[in-house]
Amino acid sequence: MLKDITLGQYFPMDSVVHKMDARYKIIITMLFLVMLFWGQHLTALIAGLFFVIVATALSWIPPKMVIRSLKPIISILVITGLLNLFMLDGGATLFQWKFLKITEQGVQTSVFMLVRICLLIAGTSLLTYTTSPIVLTDAIESLLSPLKKLNMPVHELAMMMTIALRFIPTLIEETDKIMSAQKARGADLESGNIIQRAHALVPILIPLFVSAFRRAEELALAMECRCYHGGEGRTRLRVLKSGMRDYIALGLMILMLAAVIVLNAVLY
Amino acid sequence: MESLIKIDNVRFSYQNTEEPEKQTEVLKGISLEFEHGELVAVLGHNGSGKSTMAKLLNAILLPTEGTVTVAGMDTKDEDKLLDIRQHVGMVFQNPDNQIVATIVEEDVAFGLENLGVPTDEMRARVDQALHAVGMYEFREHAPHQLSGGQKQRVAIAGIIAMRPDCIVLDEPTAMLDPQGRKEVMRTIKLLNRDYGITVILITHEMDEAAQCDRVIVIDHGTVHMDAPPEKVFSHVREMRELGLDVPQPTELCDLLRQSGYDLDPEIMTPEAAADAIAKLLTDKK
Amino acid sequence: MPILEAKDLTYTYSIGSPFEKTAVDHINLQIGQGEFVGIIGHTGSGKSTLMQMMNGLLKPTAGTVLLDGKDIWEKGADRRSVRFQVGLVFQYPEYQLFEETVYKDIAFGPKNMGLDEKEIDRRVRETAEAVGLKEELLEKAPYALSGGQKRRVAIAGVMAMEPRVLILDEPTAGLDPKGRTKILSQLRQYHKRTGCTVMLVSHSMEDVAKYVSKLLVLSHAKVVCYDTPANVFARGDELEKMGLALPQITRVFRLLRDRGITFPDEVYTVNYGAELLRARLEGREPQC
Repeated sequence: MLKDITLGQYFPMDSVVHKMDARYKIIITMLFLVMLFWGQHLTALIAGLFFVIVATALSWIPPKMVIRSLKPIISILVITGLLNLFMLDGGATLFQWKFLKITEQGVQTSVFMLVRICLLIAGTSLLTYTTSPIVLTDAIESLLSPLKKLNMPVHELAMMMTIALRFIPTLIEETDKIMSAQKARGADLESGNIIQRAHALVPILIPLFVSAFRRAEELALAMECRCYHGGEGRTRLRVLKSGMRDYIALGLMILMLAAVIVLNAVLY
Repeated sequence: MESLIKIDNVRFSYQNTEEPEKQTEVLKGISLEFEHGELVAVLGHNGSGKSTMAKLLNAILLPTEGTVTVAGMDTKDEDKLLDIRQHVGMVFQNPDNQIVATIVEEDVAFGLENLGVPTDEMRARVDQALHAVGMYEFREHAPHQLSGGQKQRVAIAGIIAMRPDCIVLDEPTAMLDPQGRKEVMRTIKLLNRDYGITVILITHEMDEAAQCDRVIVIDHGTVHMDAPPEKVFSHVREMRELGLDVPQPTELCDLLRQSGYDLDPEIMTPEAAADAIAKLLTDKK
Repeated sequence: MPILEAKDLTYTYSIGSPFEKTAVDHINLQIGQGEFVGIIGHTGSGKSTLMQMMNGLLKPTAGTVLLDGKDIWEKGADRRSVRFQVGLVFQYPEYQLFEETVYKDIAFGPKNMGLDEKEIDRRVRETAEAVGLKEELLEKAPYALSGGQKRRVAIAGVMAMEPRVLILDEPTAGLDPKGRTKILSQLRQYHKRTGCTVMLVSHSMEDVAKYVSKLLVLSHAKVVCYDTPANVFARGDELEKMGLALPQITRVFRLLRDRGITFPDEVYTVNYGAELLRARLEGREPQC
């Protein structure tokens, strides 16, 4: 059943990482990404691996969960790996069969690429594992707030994201119900070719859209009744607070990034 | 003392831009007053104009003719809009479509956030509101983990956190099961009794209307009856003609009265009906 | 032979997860041909899950559903045809309307059955009439109708498949009293005219009591009782303990009994109650 899909990646725990200010977590994750892609050399990857291991340990997230986050991208990994392996030409030839050729450069690049993508996914999943979507939205709004001066609708975007998060479970449940109802009227959703199947979705998509619009209208009315008038003059129940641990974490991250940059410049 | 809400000779038509001549008048001259601390039910079949009337009370809609005054403020006064909506809160039928946030306590805070209430005070008012509706222990739940009745109580908490004088509820129990209905009715009555909040309850459930102090029957955009529930329900045939119902005990006594037995037409509860019928039977002997 | 039968029927959601929940727990049930069964039970008692198993939308975790004595999950059984024979109207069915016209929407089911145009046309017109939809509404868009009309279009859409068993999950939820009475009385007429089996899930004891021949009470995934309304309401205290409110008229007569005024049968409709009292007052036998 659709309902059984676990929503969001949040994994509630009481760890240091969970308690960190989400804004700092976002900045640190971004620095982590910069570091991963800094130069084509081993230092960045070792530092990245170190970061992921330490962060996983501190967050009390079972390592199994972090590894599981890689599952959806296995096909991407295989394709990038193979492409890099066969396409790149350089260094000694290790293997050749007709037009297929594997070179030293190819092996090195594809391994680097694979490790890099794995670390990228693992690192960003740690952010979503340790931060609830709603807090994440708040943090993004707060980080982007300087853009308000440029007339960017930062508050509106954050509000839209909050509402989307709020209504995902509702709409999933609704889809489930509409599907059952149409099946009860003999709709055949499981057989036929692609065109037939796409056609069979019409009786599900139309009611779903109609219902989403109806909900949007009612929600807008309810929000208006509760004095919603945009982001101007709004206060918040939950205020993002940063403390010593956030500063230390950010400081360490900057140090690590600096070390990678310096090592890269010196060693290569 | 001045009434909390005054509806003075109000007419209302929805704008039909395509065919202006086909414009239908939904409210045809309504005058009503609501006092502080009242518990009022509004009855009427679908399309009678009762929901439109409700939306006039907090300036979601503005009268085409006539005036609506809330605590001395004309709802047409745009500068007072937020003030008016803070005075008159509104709860709707579908609990799913009025909860904005993904966590209960944040949803309750939504109105306060809009009003710019400082965080410390907000915290206190949110907790208080959650206690008042008995949902405090669910404050960190996600809305989709709650039952219909619980969601509706969260929606009510979101309104009372704004400390309104009046709550208008538009068929708040229509989508709930009997258990949820009971919870919501209990909450509404408690808010009215203990906090002195004026409650205007639009409903199709006759037993809910029977629990109020005053019942207003709207039909075809006019006020058809405005009286205590036992008076309103005593007009059994008239209520039927309006597409409404009466409590079963009232109906039973009405049938017996039609057969010539002397029973009080204002009987509403099973207890009162049983007493009256028992008396009738013993007198007979 | 009963038309529909549940044998040791069980359904468990999210097996193996922390949210594991048995919604239907070893239920045994026989629904006779032509019966009008009311089903009551509070939210979470397993009503909806049971209904969805009865027409093969959900596969039981254990146990069997028999239609005409044949297991609907047997190898090679045609489950689509089961759904045509056991029609299910969901809660708030108007939200599933999707065609441009009322006519096309009612025709959706019959079309899926592979019927010819002429037969579809007959069924659409007949069922539209049965639910009180005027001819001129058929060419209108469903969205242009009132809430009550939309509801009746959706019910007609299932009736048009001419199922032998028609199951309705709270068909009157959210309607005004007039709309409720209209749907219920049309349902009764439909039941009388077609002789098909009807199962009506409802929260309203008052409504159920007026229309059904048998009453199924569910609580905590199990059957509490399955009997005639009179016999079910005779166990009123038990029902009230489960949080199911008795019809108010039944409560009047229970209060009378407390005052020493007794009647042989449990009373659950106003007309019957009034007649009993009139007869008692006039010292004659009640005519019912």
